[in-house]
Amino acid sequence: MEISVTVNGANQSSEVEPRTLLVYYLRDELGLTGTNVGCDTSSCGACTVHVNGESVKSCTMLAVQADGQEVTTIEGLAPSADELHPMQQSFQDNHGLQCGYCTPGMVMAACSLLDENPSPSEAEVREGLEGNLCRCTGYHNIVKAVLACSGQDVS
Amino acid sequence: MIPAAFDYKKADSAEEAIALIAEHGDEAKLLAGGHSLIPMMKLRLAVPSVLVDIAGVNDLSYIDDRDDHIAIGALAKHRSLETSDLLISECPLLAHIASKVGDPQVRHRGTLGGSLAHSDPASDLPAAVLALGGSLVAQGPNGEREIAVADFFTGYFESALAEDEMLTEVRIPKAPGSNWNYQKFNRRAQDWAIVGVAAVEVQGATQVSLVNMGSTPLRASAVEAALAGGASAAEAAEAAAEGTEPPTDLNASPEYRSHLARVLTRRALEAGGVS
Repeated sequence: MEISVTVNGANQSSEVEPRTLLVYYLRDELGLTGTNVGCDTSSCGACTVHVNGESVKSCTMLAVQADGQEVTTIEGLAPSADELHPMQQSFQDNHGLQCGYCTPGMVMAACSLLDENPSPSEAEVREGLEGNLCRCTGYHNIVKAVLACSGQDVS
Repeated sequence: MIPAAFDYKKADSAEEAIALIAEHGDEAKLLAGGHSLIPMMKLRLAVPSVLVDIAGVNDLSYIDDRDDHIAIGALAKHRSLETSDLLISECPLLAHIASKVGDPQVRHRGTLGGSLAHSDPASDLPAAVLALGGSLVAQGPNGEREIAVADFFTGYFESALAEDEMLTEVRIPKAPGSNWNYQKFNRRAQDWAIVGVAAVEVQGATQVSLVNMGSTPLRASAVEAALAGGASAAEAAEAAAEGTEPPTDLNASPEYRSHLARVLTRRALEAGGVS
């Protein structure tokens, strides 16, 4: 089936099988391998992308469901090739990653969280990232990175 | 995991969706947010040969004030329920329970109608709606019918919806004020409730429902009767597991679930001030 999706601002028209999951469309068809597949059971959040600005687990959405929608992946977040998005920068500044596997999903979920709640409490950040698992258990610095990105003092 | 192959059809209206499911019978499934169906398809627990995508039926996402009740379009997302000013003021229990479903990503996609039609006894929203009472509107080839919430959940993942019917609207009574509470007991973030209890005062009566205490969401009628008879919250809560057949799984035995139901019911009644 022919779908037309705006991915990171660019219109993409592709022929996909209806059963193709969004994450495999992004990775295999468009080559956007920044989005990781972790658990593949909608638990871990590694595959989180934005659909029309909201965080979504792309392993639990069909590519055909994204037809006519706007998708943003981790590759589309930074304003330019030599500049990081403030959330990416904050993850770097606060050592919000260890192995890095959960990071693209964490960053996308964190951006969506701050869109909905620009100045969350620590508890709200922890709850807001409930859908993302870090198997290095590096949550403390991830939470710190999100709080810092929201302009709050984490020193 | 990739679902088995299927034909994908997009419906632009409820009528079109109903015509498509009527044409394909039990081979077809309606797809709304997909957050119950797609995981089941990936695990091959559901293998529909036709998916009818109704997410584009835009006029079913409303949350409307209808004087004596609130009408919610079946495609309203959990996130819209959670943030609806109307629900927060007129039916805070439902807004709160919507905020406890899964995680933010799930709530951005999942729909109220999808959750109810899926009829998972371990889900939060079926029990929320059951506690509130009210009715559901099903549309079929011969028009609409209204089903009382009490008659909707008929078995394990089974509802009163016929094969060629689509759930279009949920009508819940207003239950404003602070006399409500939801206790969801689980051990890990984003898990289903091992047991959950919703308690709410609706037009002067205390109504209590149980999550994951049987093959359907259940009203704790023995608790409600005890309260109506003047029992205290603690006394009434002792009856929470009466008449239930709780499931057994890796998380809990039936005995443990019964214990949880009693404790959580007491907490819900006391915290909600609905005794």
